[in-house]
Amino acid sequence: MTAIAATARRQGGRDRSALLTGLLILPASIWYVFLLVAPLAIVVVMSFGEKARNGGYVPAFVLDNYARVLERPDPFLDSLRLATLGTILTMLVALPLAYFLATRAGRRKGLLVLLLVIPFWTSFLIRTYSWLIILGPRAVASFFQDLLGDERFRILGTDLAVLIGVTYGYLPLMVFPIYVTLERMDRTLVEASKDLGAGRWATFRQITLPIALPGLITGSILVFIPMMGEYVIPAILGYGQTFLIGNALVLDFLEARHWPAGAAKAVGLIAVMLITITAYLWFLNRGRQTRDVSVL
Amino acid sequence: MSAPAVPATVAGRVGRGRSRAGIDRFGSLVEGAFRTHAVLAYAFLYLPIVIVIVFAFNANRLATIWTEFSTDWFGVALGNSVVQAALRNSLIVAVANAVLATLFGTMAALGLQRVPKRLRIVFDALTYVSIIVPEIVIALATLVFFASVFDIVNPVLLDLQGGGTGAFKLSFGHATIVAAHVLFNTSLVLLLVRARLSGMDRTMVEASYDLFATPWRTFRQITFPQLLPAIVAGFLLAFTFSFDDYVITTFVSGPGSSTLPLYVFGQIKRGVSPETNAVAAMIFAFTIGVLLLGQVLLLWQARRSGRRGAADASLSGMIAEQR
Repeated sequence: MTAIAATARRQGGRDRSALLTGLLILPASIWYVFLLVAPLAIVVVMSFGEKARNGGYVPAFVLDNYARVLERPDPFLDSLRLATLGTILTMLVALPLAYFLATRAGRRKGLLVLLLVIPFWTSFLIRTYSWLIILGPRAVASFFQDLLGDERFRILGTDLAVLIGVTYGYLPLMVFPIYVTLERMDRTLVEASKDLGAGRWATFRQITLPIALPGLITGSILVFIPMMGEYVIPAILGYGQTFLIGNALVLDFLEARHWPAGAAKAVGLIAVMLITITAYLWFLNRGRQTRDVSVL
Repeated sequence: MSAPAVPATVAGRVGRGRSRAGIDRFGSLVEGAFRTHAVLAYAFLYLPIVIVIVFAFNANRLATIWTEFSTDWFGVALGNSVVQAALRNSLIVAVANAVLATLFGTMAALGLQRVPKRLRIVFDALTYVSIIVPEIVIALATLVFFASVFDIVNPVLLDLQGGGTGAFKLSFGHATIVAAHVLFNTSLVLLLVRARLSGMDRTMVEASYDLFATPWRTFRQITFPQLLPAIVAGFLLAFTFSFDDYVITTFVSGPGSSTLPLYVFGQIKRGVSPETNAVAAMIFAFTIGVLLLGQVLLLWQARRSGRRGAADASLSGMIAEQR
C-alpha cells in the first residue's frame, strides 16, 4: 500500500513539475510564436500578394514581386559588396587586436575587454552620427582636399563613408569570438613550434591561424549578416546615396507603402542569411572531426 | 580542446641558419606593431564618442567648428519639450522591456533545463533566429503583423462598444514597441542566464535537497544567488538596447510614442546641430553610466560571495563568452 501511495505521490509530483516547466517557458514561447514565427510567415505569404490601392496588401498568388527584385538587383548586389568588403576590413583590424588582447594584455585584459564592450552597447545611432563631424568638410575631408588639391573631394555621401561606418560599428562583434578562441588556445603549441625553430610567420600561419579560424568564421557571420541588412549607416553617412537593401525595405514599407514588393526583398534577405548560416554550419561540422569549436 | 598535430613542415625548417639575435630584433619590432595597432584600434573605437561629447560643450551654433567652452546647449536641450517627451517615452519603453525580458528570459532558461531534447532544439533554433535575423527584417515583419492583427481586432472591438468615435481601439504606441523589443532581449537574457546555469555547481543544489529543502527554497537560497550576476547583466543590456534602439522602434512606434533615438535621427537628417550633440552626449553618459554601474554591482557581488577570479563575473566577461 505504502509503495503504491509513494508512486502516486511521485507521479503527482512529476505532473506538477511538468506544469511548472510549461509555465516557465510559456511567456518566451508566446513571444517566439507570435512575434517571430507568425510575422515572418506573414511576410512570406505577403511576398506573393499584390499591393492594395491605398497601400498595404491584397491576397493573391503572383511572382511579380520576385520578378521585380531580379530585374533590379542593384540594392542586393551593392549590399553584398559592402558586407563582403566590411567583413574583410573588420577582420584585418580585429585579428591583430584580438591576438594582442589574448596573449599580450596581461593584467589589463579585463579592463581592455570592458573597454571593447562599452562602445558596442552604447548608442549605435549616435556613434554613427559622430562620423558626420569627423568625416565632414571641416575635418578629414578638408585634410584630403588640401592633400589632393581637389576642392570637391568628399567622403560623406560616398560608399567609402558607409564602409568606414559599418567597419566601425561592427568591429567589436568580430573581435569577441576571435579573442575567445585565442584565449583558450594552448600556448605550449606556440612554444613547441618556436622550439622546433619555426619563425614567427610559420608559427602564425600553421598554429595560431588554424586555431583562430573558428573564431574568425563566427565573427564573419556575426558582422556579415547585420551589414547585409544595414539601414542606419547608409541613411546617415551615405546621405541616402548608397542605396542598400535596408534602404529599399524602408522605402517600400514606410514611404511607397508597397508591402508585397518589400516582403519579397525581405524574403531575399532572409535567403541570403540562411545560405550564409548553412555554409557556416557545414564548416563547423567539417571542423568538428579535428578540433573543438565554440559556436556563437 | 584537442591539439592539432604540429605540421611536419614546421619541424622541417629547423636550422635554416637564422641567428637568434636577428629573430629577437625582428621580434621587438613585431611587439611594437601589435601594441601600436591596439592603441590605434581603441582610438578608432573611442574617437566618435569623445568627439560628440567635446562638441556638446561648444558655444558655436555651427556644430562642427570649435569656438569656446559652454554648457548652454545642455540647458537648451533639456528645456525642449520635444526632448523631454522623447526622454520620457524612452525610459518607459526601456524599463518595461528590461523587466519583461529579464523575467521571461530567466524563466525560460530555468524551464529549458527540464524539457525533452526535441523541444529544446526547436527552442534553441528560435532563440538564435531571433538574434541573428537582421533587425530591419524583424522590424518590418512586426509592423506587418501588428497591422494585420489590428485590422482584424479593431472592427470587433468597435462592434462590442457599439461604435462611436471615442471607442477604444488597438494602435501603435508604447505597447507595440515594448512587445517588439522584448523578443530580442528575452533571447539575450536566456543565453546569458543559461551560460551561467551550465557553469553552476550542482552539488550545492543536491546538498540542499538532501537536507530536505523544498524546491522553492532551494531555488531562492542556492540557484538564484548564483544566477544573479547573469540576471543583472541581462537586465542592464536589455535596458540599454531599448534605450538606444532606432530601427525596430521607428517601424512600430505610433504618434506620441517617439523615443530619444527617433528624435535624434530626425535632427540628424537636417544636419549636425549643437543641441543634438548635447542630447547625444547625455545619452552616452547615461548608457555608459548604466553599464559601469552593472560592472561595479557584479564585481561587488562576486567579492561578497567570496568567489575567486571575479573577472568572469564581470559584464564584459559574460558577453565575450556569449559571443
